[in-house]
Amino acid sequence: MANRSQIQARAAMMRVRFEAAGAQVVDTPLLQPAETLLDLYGEDIRARAYVTSDALRGEQMLRPDFTLPVVQMHMREGAEPARYTYSGEVFRRQEHDPDRANEFIQVGYEVFDRNDLAGADAEVFSLFALQLRGLPLRAATGDIGILRAAVAGLRTTERRKTALMRHLWRPRRFRLLLDRFAGRKPEPELRAELLDAENPMAFDAPMIGKRRASEIEARIEALRADRETPPISDNELVGLETLLNVRETMPFALEQLRDVAVDLPQITPALDRLEARIAALQARGVNVDQLDFEAAYGRTSMEYYDGFVFGFYAEGRADLPPIATGGRYDALTWQLGGGAEIPAVGGVLRPDLMLMVEEDTR
Amino acid sequence: MSLKLGVPSKGRLMDKTFAWFEKRGITLSRSGSDREYAGKVEGIDGVSLILLSAGEIPRELAAGRIHLGVTGIDLVHEKLPRWEQQVEEISQLGFGKADLIIATPACWVDVESLDDLDAAAAAFRKTHGHRLRIATKYHRLVREFLIDAGVADYTLVDSQGATEGTVMNETAEAIADITSTGETLRANHLKILSDGLILRSQATLWRSRVAKCDTETKAVLNELRDRLR
Repeated sequence: MANRSQIQARAAMMRVRFEAAGAQVVDTPLLQPAETLLDLYGEDIRARAYVTSDALRGEQMLRPDFTLPVVQMHMREGAEPARYTYSGEVFRRQEHDPDRANEFIQVGYEVFDRNDLAGADAEVFSLFALQLRGLPLRAATGDIGILRAAVAGLRTTERRKTALMRHLWRPRRFRLLLDRFAGRKPEPELRAELLDAENPMAFDAPMIGKRRASEIEARIEALRADRETPPISDNELVGLETLLNVRETMPFALEQLRDVAVDLPQITPALDRLEARIAALQARGVNVDQLDFEAAYGRTSMEYYDGFVFGFYAEGRADLPPIATGGRYDALTWQLGGGAEIPAVGGVLRPDLMLMVEEDTR
Repeated sequence: MSLKLGVPSKGRLMDKTFAWFEKRGITLSRSGSDREYAGKVEGIDGVSLILLSAGEIPRELAAGRIHLGVTGIDLVHEKLPRWEQQVEEISQLGFGKADLIIATPACWVDVESLDDLDAAAAAFRKTHGHRLRIATKYHRLVREFLIDAGVADYTLVDSQGATEGTVMNETAEAIADITSTGETLRANHLKILSDGLILRSQATLWRSRVAKCDTETKAVLNELRDRLR
């Protein structure tokens, strides 16, 4: 097992390499205001981050990652374009697996640049590949933007699209909604009763709580309208299913997705971006013919990413978390930017896991 | 060294636990006055009785400070992550039955299931600018249940008692709490979601997997297990 100073030495070395690539070194406080994190991730973050508090500042979280504070810092005071690197501890609660570290060092690289998005994607990926050269790793890539475009362009109501978009990250609930909107799942019995009722608001129970009668009425109206909405077509449904199952090396994946675009033409601009990314990766010497692309990759774990996503995994060590992960998070800069936004892409590496894998191979 | 048995220190839970052991030929009692938290064991040698708050028994079992303990399934599952590795269930005692459930105001006629709760939460957040609040003291169990069900846009607020009143007081929009007959829920104009059952609980006798046992205590433990079967 590598000790702490070896891990730190490796982290410092990688940070220097990112500096050489043009990044400015930044640091962020260990304690982060809980509010921003809760606002962004909701209650789920409490299962992953350590929460502490004092009477004056309220709830604080031990930094669960760097991306958020780095984005906030950039949106506040950053110049454009910008490239940042950092290294330091992050903290994650581990209540299910005692073998996973609850404190570890991350080294990261983030690019905030409006020009040549495909080029920036390729820059981050190839720099990471360079840092990891020689290790027996498998790289996976994906693109949340394609699925988002597919949902945004469905020929159905805004309400349905918003509901699907909201659960893009929760595949099971996404599936459930999709089945319902496609008319494959019958409406729950009690709901039919409610919607058929002449006056659904004629009930005995007193009105209590902060959710008012008008909100209940509004939802009933929305459900009634939704019932009259024609189902999502089979064409679109099959298109979405085919899209989610695409799992190929990059050039073949693109080819298959172009076929999907016959039924879902709305994904074409996203596919053009994928094509440009493949070219940019190739230009940087990445062997795209060997690089895996999964359309559903990153859907369960990488909440703030909305475009290109990637991860590096140790071959034969399924027990280990990814050695490196990253992706594009344009929407996050808008959410945290208070009106401003800037395209951004970046990722993090785990020096502790790299040293472990190196030891394994020796 | 004696075998340490932790039992809730007051109320119906203590009385019923005493009665359960009595039926199996083991007499547990408080020694001295009613106010003293020391106990006596008759009918078996080598067992000492420790009277504790039911809420502390999971922790004491996990720390190995008691060998056996009586407490609810709800408390063990909430307080001990990976509880199977820390304690073993010896016997469910058939009383203290209660369900951990999610309840909303009865006037929410549009909300029957978790699916509705999720949709209502999304609309609520848009209207009120904050997440839909669910009052509970079972943070871990409720959070895991809702994450698994894919419910979003809610937040848990801590409530250590009188949880059913939080909705009326507008400090929460829904609750997750223990109920046995549902009467308190009804009295507070709440209803249970059709798929809102998180856990069925009852008083249970647990064995600590980490408490140290010498040969003598091991023999006592085996004898006790035989008699409780």
